[in-house]
Amino acid sequence: MFNKAILPPPGTSSLQRQKLRAAFWFLAPMLIVLFCVAAWPLLRSIYFSFTNTSLTNLYGGEWIGFKNYLTWKTLSSGHTIYSGTLADPAWWNAVWNTVKFALVSVSLETIFGLMVALVLNAEFKGRGLVRAAILIPWAIPTIVSAKIWAWMFNDQFGIINNMLLSIGLIDHKMAWTANLDTAMLSVIIVDIWKTTPFMALLCLAGLQMIPRDMYESAKIDGIHPIKVFFQVTLPLVKPALMVAVIFRTLDALRMFDLVYVLTPNSNATKTMSILSRENLIDFDKFAYGSAQSTLLFAIIALFVVLYIWLGKIDLSGDKS
Amino acid sequence: MTRKMLLKKTAFYAVVVVIVLISVFPFYYAILTSLKTGTDLFKVNYFPSSFNFSNYIDILHNGEFIRSTLNSVFIASTTVACALLLAVTASYALARVRFRGRGLLLMSILAISMFPQIAVLAGLFELIRFIGIYNTPWAMILSYTIFTLPFTVWVLTTFMRDLPVEIEEAAIVDGATPWTIITQIFMPLLWPALVTTGLLAFIGAWNEFLFALTFTASESMRTVPVAIAMLSGSSQYETPWGLIMAASVLVTVPLVVLVLIFQRKIVSGLTAGGVKG
Repeated sequence: MFNKAILPPPGTSSLQRQKLRAAFWFLAPMLIVLFCVAAWPLLRSIYFSFTNTSLTNLYGGEWIGFKNYLTWKTLSSGHTIYSGTLADPAWWNAVWNTVKFALVSVSLETIFGLMVALVLNAEFKGRGLVRAAILIPWAIPTIVSAKIWAWMFNDQFGIINNMLLSIGLIDHKMAWTANLDTAMLSVIIVDIWKTTPFMALLCLAGLQMIPRDMYESAKIDGIHPIKVFFQVTLPLVKPALMVAVIFRTLDALRMFDLVYVLTPNSNATKTMSILSRENLIDFDKFAYGSAQSTLLFAIIALFVVLYIWLGKIDLSGDKS
Repeated sequence: MTRKMLLKKTAFYAVVVVIVLISVFPFYYAILTSLKTGTDLFKVNYFPSSFNFSNYIDILHNGEFIRSTLNSVFIASTTVACALLLAVTASYALARVRFRGRGLLLMSILAISMFPQIAVLAGLFELIRFIGIYNTPWAMILSYTIFTLPFTVWVLTTFMRDLPVEIEEAAIVDGATPWTIITQIFMPLLWPALVTTGLLAFIGAWNEFLFALTFTASESMRTVPVAIAMLSGSSQYETPWGLIMAASVLVTVPLVVLVLIFQRKIVSGLTAGGVKG
């Protein structure tokens, strides 16, 4: 038996071996490239976060341990001064902004996406046209949509103010993107506009996998449509929906370009990515910015692990 | 009963109209703005009032903008070509050959595509400076591989898994090597999938902003998104909205047309990348 394991029948063995060898050579270039552009830079970034490297002198950094993250000094008066990212209010402001943005935008996008998908799943004249129309926001580059909405939100000449004034919802022109109270709202509105199509298409794919006769039999039994939605549609579309939600959440947690263009330098919308890049490149606090980007990576990694872990429990629960 | 149905139908179509209006209106308004100049810009209209193409003429005479467009075309197509080249063979191995650790490898490839880009920014910056490609298109081509390659591998793997085994078995019986199987048998079948993934990767590379912003220094090396974000008027306090909208429309129309032509394929590509995961 031992022999058999090492030397399977000659024909299949050489074929199998040839296939495995080919697979190795087919995979090698991709793996090398991915190592160079993903794994190595990630490791270097993490390494930088433990040094005092500066942008102008990339190789002059020295190991300083966790000082970029958290360090404290006790003064002779007995006062303890904390410094480092974890003691930096700007960092926690960015964390809070990012979390708020991700939570609100992803949940609203899920609701709207599901609604649009339900509409597109119905049969009606001009469905192809509607589907083409909702693809437009998705096709527009983020930077371009940020600029278009910045113009629409313009405080003096924007069409949003014009619309809201004419229907009487507001009584004076508002500076949507500059005002600290509404900056986050405008970012969320643009993000919802831009990514609901993606959500809707993924939901639609899930909806179309539900057999039509399920609805037919529910209709014959005279079950109320709303009850059908919550008891039949939602549970069946949930797996597809969850995948879409995780993709969107990961995307929202690393949000950069929309905020950078729509509300530059606003403390109300500064996300973790924005703050980290600011330190890395603009403020010449290269190592400090690396520490922040490493923290963001850790948060996202934790989120993914948590999701996979929870997802497994859910899956086994479904099966039982 | 009929009245109730009519009411229902009207309500449904009202929802449809709202969805279409919200989706299309901002782009429509961008086109509207791009056709206005001077003080016309500061009057809000819902319908075209003038057809003044001077913004388009201005932007097409702007050498830097043309340069940025060419940069973007070169960067996006090279990135996509490299990604597809590496991904076709890799996804054949991932979809068709059983080996230990395949699942783990697929999971790590998916994980890389979910990386926050900022997490590799410092390391990539060092790498790009080290190779000496800072402020050249190659910096973007190298860095965009981080999201185009995992994406194309993932989608092509799901496509290849669905191809019937019989074709491959017949080829093996005829003595075909894996390389011939890929180039002679799978490639012709894969064309639709290659076009879809290529297009999606192209859009991703065309729209990327963070790397393009960080790895370029001079105006002539900018890509389109960076150029649009940085477009400024004659004075610091004056934003040339007409010009920005004309540039936005110019770089978006090709994308929108492509997406509308390939919409069915794109939807299937997106769902292969998403739902089947």
